[in-house]
Amino acid sequence: MTESTNRSGFISRCQAWIDARFPWTDTLDRHATKYYAPRNFNFWYVFGALAFFVLILQLVTGVWLTMSYEPTGEGAFGSIEYTMREVSFGWLIRYLHSTGASAFFVVVYIHMFRGFAYGSYRSPRELIWLIGMGIYLVLMAEGFFGYLLPWGNMSYWGAQVIVSLVGAIPFFGPDLMEWVRGDFVMSEITLNRFFALHVFALPGALVVLVFVHIVALHHVGSNNPDGIEIKAKKNEKGVPLDGIPFHPYYTVHDFFAIVVFLIIFCAVVFYAPEMFGYFIEKPNFEIANPLKTPEHIAPVWYYTPFYAMLRAATFPLFGVDAKFWGLVVMAGAILIPAALPWLDKSPVRSIRYKGRISKFMLGMLVTSFIVLGYLGTIPPSPFATFVAQVGTMLYFSYFLLMPWYTRREKTKAEPERVTG
Amino acid sequence: MTDSKSNPVTRRYLLLATSGVAAVGVVGAAVPFVQSWTPSAKARALGAPIKVDISKLEPGEILGPIPAWRGQPVFVIHRTQAALEILEKEVDDLADPLSKKSTQPDYAVNGWRSVRPEIGVYLGLCTHLGCSPKYEPKVQPEPFDSSWKGGFFCPCHGSKFDLAGRVEKNLPAPTNLIVPPHRYETDSVIVIGEDMEIA
Repeated sequence: MTESTNRSGFISRCQAWIDARFPWTDTLDRHATKYYAPRNFNFWYVFGALAFFVLILQLVTGVWLTMSYEPTGEGAFGSIEYTMREVSFGWLIRYLHSTGASAFFVVVYIHMFRGFAYGSYRSPRELIWLIGMGIYLVLMAEGFFGYLLPWGNMSYWGAQVIVSLVGAIPFFGPDLMEWVRGDFVMSEITLNRFFALHVFALPGALVVLVFVHIVALHHVGSNNPDGIEIKAKKNEKGVPLDGIPFHPYYTVHDFFAIVVFLIIFCAVVFYAPEMFGYFIEKPNFEIANPLKTPEHIAPVWYYTPFYAMLRAATFPLFGVDAKFWGLVVMAGAILIPAALPWLDKSPVRSIRYKGRISKFMLGMLVTSFIVLGYLGTIPPSPFATFVAQVGTMLYFSYFLLMPWYTRREKTKAEPERVTG
Repeated sequence: MTDSKSNPVTRRYLLLATSGVAAVGVVGAAVPFVQSWTPSAKARALGAPIKVDISKLEPGEILGPIPAWRGQPVFVIHRTQAALEILEKEVDDLADPLSKKSTQPDYAVNGWRSVRPEIGVYLGLCTHLGCSPKYEPKVQPEPFDSSWKGGFFCPCHGSKFDLAGRVEKNLPAPTNLIVPPHRYETDSVIVIGEDMEIA
């Protein structure tokens, strides 16, 4: 504080006035200028900041989109066309939002992969991980509700399929399905409530969860590619020897990452906003028709790995039909990463010092996730279903065998101080 | 309080009692919010029965999908004699040939799952995840089945139904297509959404 007390200008007087009434400087210190992050962050560590940036982008473009959107069965589809063709720069704002949804999942999946690889979920960061899983679930729901709003035919039938998943719950299923839809079929009533959830309830939840995610992170401190605790070695002032104030070092890093991200992102927005049917599917240029299912229904790419696992359950088990098991497998696949902090028994955190089996299993997890993601986009066939069944087994084995292989394998010694 | 020293047991008891009452209040207050999501009076009123004229429906043809029962797509099919013979013979691969687990009115629990053998009335929504299956009546090899005997195929998840809406084994759809309540007003007019009176 010596620096600011020496200054006696107008700005520092303002700052003092605010600080007496609100912990402004205190907050900046805690979260930026005196938040000591490990000095060895690499490429994989920019995706959290990117996710935050995309969140802001989605909030801003989303508010603008609601200004010309009409959440009615008759008006919704037309109002999107109106936004695209007649509102000044409406096309840009809509494509920023639709591409932003996919970008959100790209950066979040990479951010999660970073956590898998460097053991960021391990004690004492379990709660950060669980809050992060909550963010991921809300994000999936947000994407799902948002996809219905253009009221295209793929919007309609995609939502119909996902809502029907609820119907697989024994006993309560059918009533619950009717409750979610508010009607006997997907209708304007459903559209209205999905709109309310998409623009109001879930973004609110998302902002709150992101806030507590960051508060929890800054409380325990960041992990790093070596997976060692920088707080274990501090200087006489109590500052970690391998720590560096987050601002300005990492804020500059993150801004650079945002610039690179925007170059790629804008290239997609301007040249391939539909991404050949992967971001906006072709049947969605046709208005919702409750009597005609599109030839081939596939969810948007970010759900397809789980969709492939859902379809892979084709046989009844323990007297319960396959439909229910499909739901169980899908829900299990989405939720199982939440158990990672308790499944990983390795003496080391980072993949750098884990053994060969862990490296192999992580590679296999990523491969099976990508293959499943592809399978979820193509029509079902016996061969594809078989491959999806194998992929599902491999995906789950990463998690379920983890207590065994992380304990058994030979690990390398962690360094005393961070490397590189 | 007469005694200046608080009694921790009484305090704990009061805290529990207050929390309990508050919890009941929260549950009570949640009821209108939860109930608000159930189908509104308008949505329920739109579920009225409708009439379908089948006088022009030739054997092998399909009427529909028509938005009939509660706005849900309904198939009305006219089966050929050959198709009825297949329905009788090909039952080994079916998951629920006798329609024990499936949803249909009592008058549609039979080998062809309808009132009249040649005319079938089915809800055009797959019992798996509610896609609308496609009508593929011809007995010929299809990309999805090399020994196809005619029926309905769901493009979403590959479930196959025969021409009586009966599902094949080991596919995602657990039960046969739903038969909506329906009755014949005359020989050529079906009322969908109303049950047949059993004389």
